[in-house]
Amino acid sequence: MSAITVGHPVALRRPIYGWALHDGFVVARRNLIQTLRVPELLFFSLVQPVIFVLLFAYVFGGAIPIPGDGASSADAANAYRQYLMPGIFGQTVAFAAAASTVGLAEDMSRGIIDRFRALPMSPSAVLLGRTFADAVRQILVLTVLSITGLLVGWRINNGLFSALLAYALLLFFAYTVAWVGAWIGLSVPNPETANTAGLVWLFPLTFLSNAFVPISSMPDWLQPIAAYNPISTLVLATRELFGNPTGIQPHYWSLDHAALYTLISCAVLIGIFAPLAVRKYRNATAR
Amino acid sequence: MSDQPAVRAEGISRTFGEVKALDGMDLVVQRGQVVGLLGPNGAGKTTMVRILSTLLKPTAGHAEVAGFDVVKQANQVRRMIGLTGQYAAVDEYLTGRENLRMFGDLFHLTPGYVKARSEELLTSFDLDDAADRPVRTYSGGMRRRLDLAASLIARPEILFLDEPTTGLDPRSRLGMWQVINDLVADGTTVLLTTQYLEEADQLAQDIVVIDHGHVIAHGSAEQLKDQIGGDRIEVTLHDAAGAERAARALESVISGHPLIEDNKVSAPVSGGSMVLVGAIRALDLEQVEITDIMLRRPTLDDVFMSLTGHLAESETQRPEPTRRRGARRR
Repeated sequence: MSAITVGHPVALRRPIYGWALHDGFVVARRNLIQTLRVPELLFFSLVQPVIFVLLFAYVFGGAIPIPGDGASSADAANAYRQYLMPGIFGQTVAFAAAASTVGLAEDMSRGIIDRFRALPMSPSAVLLGRTFADAVRQILVLTVLSITGLLVGWRINNGLFSALLAYALLLFFAYTVAWVGAWIGLSVPNPETANTAGLVWLFPLTFLSNAFVPISSMPDWLQPIAAYNPISTLVLATRELFGNPTGIQPHYWSLDHAALYTLISCAVLIGIFAPLAVRKYRNATAR
Repeated sequence: MSDQPAVRAEGISRTFGEVKALDGMDLVVQRGQVVGLLGPNGAGKTTMVRILSTLLKPTAGHAEVAGFDVVKQANQVRRMIGLTGQYAAVDEYLTGRENLRMFGDLFHLTPGYVKARSEELLTSFDLDDAADRPVRTYSGGMRRRLDLAASLIARPEILFLDEPTTGLDPRSRLGMWQVINDLVADGTTVLLTTQYLEEADQLAQDIVVIDHGHVIAHGSAEQLKDQIGGDRIEVTLHDAAGAERAARALESVISGHPLIEDNKVSAPVSGGSMVLVGAIRALDLEQVEITDIMLRRPTLDDVFMSLTGHLAESETQRPEPTRRRGARRR
């Protein structure tokens, strides 16, 4: 090992978008490289939503009638597939939060977090990078899901521009829940707990919605809960943008302004959970 | 600025729930010096390094690194230091080169500098061939070298090494010592912790012995050895029972408590080589059969024994605070 002879370090000038984004991007790049290095994990994270599509389309599909759209479609099962796909999209991006939970809990349990903390980097970078990478990964997941959907009879009926808006809304939602997942990941004591804690809240959240069944089919007391569940409005807005059947909607402000309500929900959730998560990360530093 | 010590810590205490990991620890490291923090597991070495490298806040006391307060000016401290912990703090899935690039980028250095510096470090640390392989394919020694390289990306003035050779095979350990000596020759200030007395003796000019969270001795290796007096006699027997008998037989010859370890007994003596004659006579009188007898200068093991009443290696004597490594959550 020869002696080390290097010039003095040259400091980078502060980018106009600030160090937090710069550092967040560096960490996101690391997280995305990790994804590519473990293709098995990526593969199985794609298989799960595909299985959901097939299960719901062929097993449950015929048993769940979509009110109001039976007439417009010759085949009730086909109508359900049209109805189902945005639900699967919404459920899938919501479950992306679990990846953030587990990923952060794993980072926190490893030595590398000590190095991150001993660097003069932005304290929010590890979280920004994690949430951003987890949202970016959803692009691939949504692509595979869309192809599966097209194969089982789902169609985009409203033109490309609306479809792109639908995908953008889905990705923004994925980014939002990633912050919730990140906060959970920082709150659990170890990665094993994160595996469970990252998932439990997602089941009621996604099933208490219009993702798989119309809200009008739920008991009266449950309908407002489902109506104000951001997953419902996300899925409804996506159905509208794709030109897929929505079923008959009960009248709630959230459902009447589905896209707007979804955007507001995302902003509020990020506004709550991003500061909470960053504070948890900082306090973890101070421990 | 330059006449300030690299590290100055006064009365640092840190508790983890009921456990007092540090209890009024003082430490000064002058610039360009290598100071070894020596102590058994659970003595508080790692806690001290974590406080000085801004990873942990002290419960009480005050510490400055490169003139900056480790609590109030943590970010300035982070610019000046490199840290290599007991476990390789690098990303398993990234390659060696990708790791160095990431840490250089997070240090806010220009891409050109990071690239040149990475190449240099990879070459210096014999990682050229493995540079484009994911770290999870590396051996333990390679990980440690990459970890140290990552700490050096910004040419820190002050380097904290927490048990840098724990778990390494003898060859890798020698390689690590060489690297550390090169860095010191380059003018880097090093604070290293170790439970290997030999390592402190080899690398550090100044040794701070700690136990139960505070300093119990301080000085050069020679000074510490002088502190416990002259030579030691060491007798090897066939078995442990023989060692017990030998210890009794030697009572009139030695000048302190004998230490019995398996089939060996050692004790401080005074009076030069003539002591050997007396010892052999005494052993012969009691008909103790010996396999070896020698007179030697004290080692740091002996220093530790006389200072703490237990051996540095006897790690199981005191329960370790259970959350030592995992202690950073929340």
